[in-house]
Parts: sequence; C-alpha cells; structure tokens
Amino acid sequence: MTGLAASPSVARGAWIVASREIRDQLRDWRILSPIAILTLFFPMLMNFTARTAVDFVAEYGAPIVAERLIPFLLMVVGFFPISISLVIALETFAGERERLSLEPLLATPLSDVELYLGKMMAALIAPLGAAYLGIGVYLAGLMLGLGWTAPPVLLLQVFLLTTVQAVVMVAGAVVISSLTTSVRAANLLASFVIIPVSQLIIGESLIMFWGRYNILWWMVVGLSLAAVLLVRSGLHLFDREELLGREIDTLDLRWAWRTFRQAFLDGATSLGSWYAGVVRRSLPRLRVCVLVLALALAAAYAVGTRFAVDWPLPLSMLHLEEGRANLSANFDAFGIVSGSGWWWVFTNNLRSVLLASVLGGFTFGVIAVVLFMAPVGIVGYFAGNLAAIGEPVLRYLAALVLPHAIFEIPAAILAGAAILRLGLVTVSPAGGRTLGTNWLTALAEWARVMLGLVVPLLAIAAAIEVFVTPRLAVLLLSGN
Amino acid sequence: MIEAEGLGKDFDGFHAVEELSIQVRAGEVLALLGPNGAGKTTTVRMLSSLLRPSAGRAVVAGFDVAVSPREVRQRVGLLTEHHGLYTRMRAGEYLSFFGRAYGLPPEVVRRRGEAWIETFGLTEAAPRRLGEYSKGMRQKLALVRALLHEPPVLLLDEPTSAMDPASAHQVRQSIQLLRTERRALIICTHNLMEAEALADRIAIIRAGRLVAVGGAAELKQTFLGDPEMELRLAQAVDGAVGLLPAEAALTSRGSDWIRYRTRDPQAVNPIVLSAMARAGFGVVTLAPVERSLEDVYLRAVGSPAETLL
Repeated sequence: MTGLAASPSVARGAWIVASREIRDQLRDWRILSPIAILTLFFPMLMNFTARTAVDFVAEYGAPIVAERLIPFLLMVVGFFPISISLVIALETFAGERERLSLEPLLATPLSDVELYLGKMMAALIAPLGAAYLGIGVYLAGLMLGLGWTAPPVLLLQVFLLTTVQAVVMVAGAVVISSLTTSVRAANLLASFVIIPVSQLIIGESLIMFWGRYNILWWMVVGLSLAAVLLVRSGLHLFDREELLGREIDTLDLRWAWRTFRQAFLDGATSLGSWYAGVVRRSLPRLRVCVLVLALALAAAYAVGTRFAVDWPLPLSMLHLEEGRANLSANFDAFGIVSGSGWWWVFTNNLRSVLLASVLGGFTFGVIAVVLFMAPVGIVGYFAGNLAAIGEPVLRYLAALVLPHAIFEIPAAILAGAAILRLGLVTVSPAGGRTLGTNWLTALAEWARVMLGLVVPLLAIAAAIEVFVTPRLAVLLLSGN
Repeated sequence: MIEAEGLGKDFDGFHAVEELSIQVRAGEVLALLGPNGAGKTTTVRMLSSLLRPSAGRAVVAGFDVAVSPREVRQRVGLLTEHHGLYTRMRAGEYLSFFGRAYGLPPEVVRRRGEAWIETFGLTEAAPRRLGEYSKGMRQKLALVRALLHEPPVLLLDEPTSAMDPASAHQVRQSIQLLRTERRALIICTHNLMEAEALADRIAIIRAGRLVAVGGAAELKQTFLGDPEMELRLAQAVDGAVGLLPAEAALTSRGSDWIRYRTRDPQAVNPIVLSAMARAGFGVVTLAPVERSLEDVYLRAVGSPAETLL
C-alpha cells in the first residue's frame, strides 16, 4: 500500500477515478431518478409535513413538538439521499469485477490509495451533493412558508452529521465491495453497515426530540473517529492481488479450523509449552493494548471521582454507620459466602467478558473498552462520594474492592487488550496475509489469552470476592 | 526487456506457475502457448505487476515487478483476457480516462487515440457508446488502450480471438509494426498459426511449468525429429528407393513418390537429386513435408515436462 505522502498527486489520481465514475452515474437513470426524487420531491413533502404539524400542534398549545420536529426532519432530509451512496459504494469494486472492467483499471499506474479514495469519492460526491441540495430545498421552503430559519449551530451539526455518516457508510461499503466477488454478495454483507447506521439514526432521532443538541457534537466526533478507522481499514485491506485473485466466496471451515488451531497452539506440544507460549509470546504482543486498557481504566476511575464532585449522592442515601454495623448480617442474607456464590460471581464476570468480546469484535474493540471502564468508573464515583463526606476511602477500597481487584483488574485489562487487538485487526492487519487469516489468527490469540490467563484470573478473583473480601470487609469496616 | 527467472505463483497451496524463466529482448515477439489453466494469464499478471510472484524474480523494462510495481505498470501495455469496457462511454472518453491514468497530456491522448482508431477502422464507430460495439470492435479499442501510452513492453492476451479475419489481419500487421519499433511483446494465444506467423520464439507452458521454448523450426526439430522430405518423380518409384544415400532414411512411399528424413537437407538433397538424375528418374518436385506447430504443441502439452527441456 502506497503511503499518502504525495498528497496532491494522490488527490489527482483519486479524482481521475472518481470523475469517470461520477460521469457514469450521471448517465444512469437508476441512480439519477431516486436522487432527483429525494432531493426535490422529498424535502417538499417534509416541508408540507412540518407546516401541517406546526399548524396542528399550535391548535393544542404544544409548540414544543413542532420545535423538535422541524430540526428532526432537517436531519432526515439530509440522510435519505446519502443512503444512495451505500448502493453506489457496494457496487464499486464488485460491480467492476462482474463487468470484467476491473483488470484494465488495476493495470494502470494508479496506486492502491488513489483507486480506493477515488472509488470512495465517486460514491460520496453525487449523494452528498443531493443531500445538501435537499437540505437547501427544505430550508428554503420553511423560510418561505413558516418564516423559520435554522440556527447556524444546528445547521452546522446537521451538515457535519450528514457528511460523516455518508463517509462511514461509504468507507464500510467500499471495504465490503473490495472483499466480495459479486454485487449480490456485497449487498448481503451490507447488513454490517445498515444495522449500525439504522441504530445510529434512531439514537440521533431520540436526541433531537429530547432537544439535547449538544450530544450531537459527540456523535460527530464518534462518527469521525469511526470514519477514520474505516478508511484506514479499507486502505489496509485494499489489495490488487486479492481483488483479482478471488474468484469465488466459499466458506472453507476446514481451512478456518486449521488456521485457528495452528495459531492457537503456536507450535506447543504440551500444556506446559502452550502456557509458556501464552506468557512469553502472546503477552508481549498485547503490550500496547494493555497500556491502552490500563490508561482507560485509570481515566474511568478519575472521571468517576470527578462525577462525584459534580453530581454527589444525597447524604440521606449514605447510611454508612448502619451499613458497617450490619455488614456481616447483610453478607449472610445475600448468601454470597458459598460455592454457589462463587459460581454466580465467576459466571457473571465471564458473561461480561464474552459480551464485551462480541460487541468489541464489531466496533474495533471500542465498546469492549467502554464496558470495562464502566465498573471502574462506578467505583471511582463511590470513592469520590466517600471522600466528599470525609470517609477513609482507602480503607473502604482495601476492604471491599482491593482483595479481588488484584486479580480482577489484570483480568479485565488482559481481556480488554485481547478484544481490542481482535477488533483492530481489520484496521491494521499484518501484511502479506488475507483478512480471513489475520482475523482467525487474532481470534486464536484472543482465545489463548482468555483460556490461559483471563479465565483463571477471574476464577481466583471470584473465590477471593466470595470467601475473602466479605471477611476482610467485616474486619476492617464493622470492627467485629 | 523482460527477464523472468524461476518465477512462481502459489494460490493457497496450488502452484499456478512454477520455476518459469523467460527472456524477451526489445524488438522480439514471444508467443506463450498452453492449454486453459496452464498459467499463461497468471504469468502475464505477474509480469504486469498485478500479482506478486511467490517465488523467483522478474524484471520488466528495467524494473523489478515486485519492488517497483507502479513503474512496471507505467511501462507495460496490457491487453487483458476480458476487456470489459465502460459501456456508457464513447471511445474518446474511454481513451481519455486511461490516458489520464497513465499521466498523458490530453492532446497526446487525442492524437494517438485518433491515429490508432483510424488504423483499426474504428473511426465511424467512435461517436457511438461502447455498449453498442461488436465484440471485435471492443477488442480493438482495448488494444488501442493498451498502446496509448506507447509502452516498451506489450503483454497481449488473445489479441485477435474475437475478430473477423480482416480485423485479425489488421491487428497482426500492427503487431509486426510494433516489433519494428523495438518493443518487447508477449502474446498469449490459442491460435497456433498466428503464433507461428508473429512470434520469433514460442514458449509452451503446461501445468504452470515451461515445457518448451525456442523458434518454430527449433521446436519442430526437437519435438518432431529431423525434417522430412518428399520426392515426387515423373514415373514409378521402383528402383529409386535404393538410390537414397545412407543419411536419408525412408519413411514412406507411394506409386510415384517417396518420403525420407534427413538431419541435414542442405547436404543430402543435392546428393539425392544427382543420384536420381544419373539413374534417369525425372524429378517433379523435392520439398519438405509441412510440419505444423499444432503437432509440436500437442506433443509438448502431452509429454512429461522433464523429458522435454
């Protein structure tokens, strides 16, 4: 993959690819018709809807509904045309393969970056142009019909959201298109883009009806980050050879198992040598991710304590004296100090780690990191509240958290690091191997860390949490 | 101009090409023959830096195909097996797009494009959209695309496969012209007559391995043995067979003709003629028996590789 160093020449090369495709799109009535409808007719319909809604709610003295509906429709008017970019992007490489025009294009001196970015630009420019035009038509209608003008900040937010959403969808779709052999296969895999984007739109709608427009900035930041990761992922995965060499999409389970097994065993001949490999080879490979997780958990604790300052718990909720006095009885009542208690704690933690793995696998590991940060943040929040009322925080932590946290936090850091690595494999895969091989290898690495380190650490942590922590808590806090 | 040494390509354990070594000099045409799936297209794709070799090394126009792919692609004109065109475009737009991709000024693209379009008889069709072109016209336009940047190396996969005889003749003439311009050409073809007519050397590839390479006469000698001569007489051949010298081995005979093989026709044929004249046999003709490249090809692709090279 050529770097982006020679940016002007890359932009020129990308534009050569994009301009041809755009010209082609503008000759295709199947693309032009929906764009025209969504650009002109749909905004007018939304305009009519907005005016009718405003008149209706004005009758019943509920103007807030109209106030929220108009910006929401502004977002919808911008989103609908960009949905076409997904169709165009899915067709980019897979379509050229089907039409047999890909090889002459790949035989040109255009670099992989120029081809990839050119295809992205081609999928973005017409739908985005239509989206901006649609927003303009909608706003013009509102200005003329209702005298409503959009606040500049809201307009900027919708403009940015529309743009980054389009980039995210297109970047994801171009990755899919470059990894599939047919448009049909690309369309089937498009669910990986459509489902998260539809959830995102639902979230944006809730935020807009709730009127918390500031949250939209965070969405813009999050989506921009996702766009950067997806574009980076696409650039890494784009490979002329893969595009030409892949003839059919087949599921080769035998090959998958062989690849996974080979990476999982990593040359081990006995349990001892496997374990030694996990410690000596897998752990060092995770060091950057481990550092990221450690920093993230520390930040979560700090944010938790900061939240305690801004939003302290009411003193009436903190019956600390009473709680300390009844600590032993409360533990007995929960029935936690038992074998079944250990099993409950252990499986609960394991479930959390598996859930984080699944969610992290689809989100570059981001959701996994957030999930691991949450409990640490809550601990920080309670610690901050205790500090605010002058309670000895360290004693509480030593009594209630520290004994099992000595094992649980390393387990969380290792699990999070392994998930992060698995999630990031599509962004920066090892060179010279296919995406499938890279992903299976990362999955095997994840399994090695989980089975070799995380699960034993969680088991020990659960045992301490059940059998040691309560006793220590009673000893240190209730003074019995 | 093209130098490949021990070139190999594996696809998930399948050896598409193995230990392939070829050289093509400037002004030389090499025909690459072989059955479907033999590895011709894979070889061409490696030489045009579309596929990375798994083994060996190839230098094309002075650049290593694995190290400097962009430079190689800049200097190679590739006519692909499938020349899918952009069907909504017209010829001018199509060539303009590829001209820009190769970094050519628009004026140069226009001038060269028009000249080749005229050479290949596409001028009338030029204003039409490419979707309306016949198969042969599409192939010719794809060839124009491959020639547009005047590459020193041309890799042509089945250059005349979809053309009518007149168009194919036109293209062959153009290939001859390109050879005189000191370009190195590799032509992959199943048309053995075309290969023999155009190529200085012929390489036969089977199951990814090069099984024969050389000039047509050289390959015939290797695969079909010594040349065979046919002597036609004005009368019955009775008595004439005994006049053949020891260096001429009789292979077959008819009522008024005999055929013999000889390693050195230049030396043996005059001896045969003078012996016939001395014995009073009237000689109608003495000519070599035509041996086709097809026979060579069938022998080569049907024989174990190790015995042929």
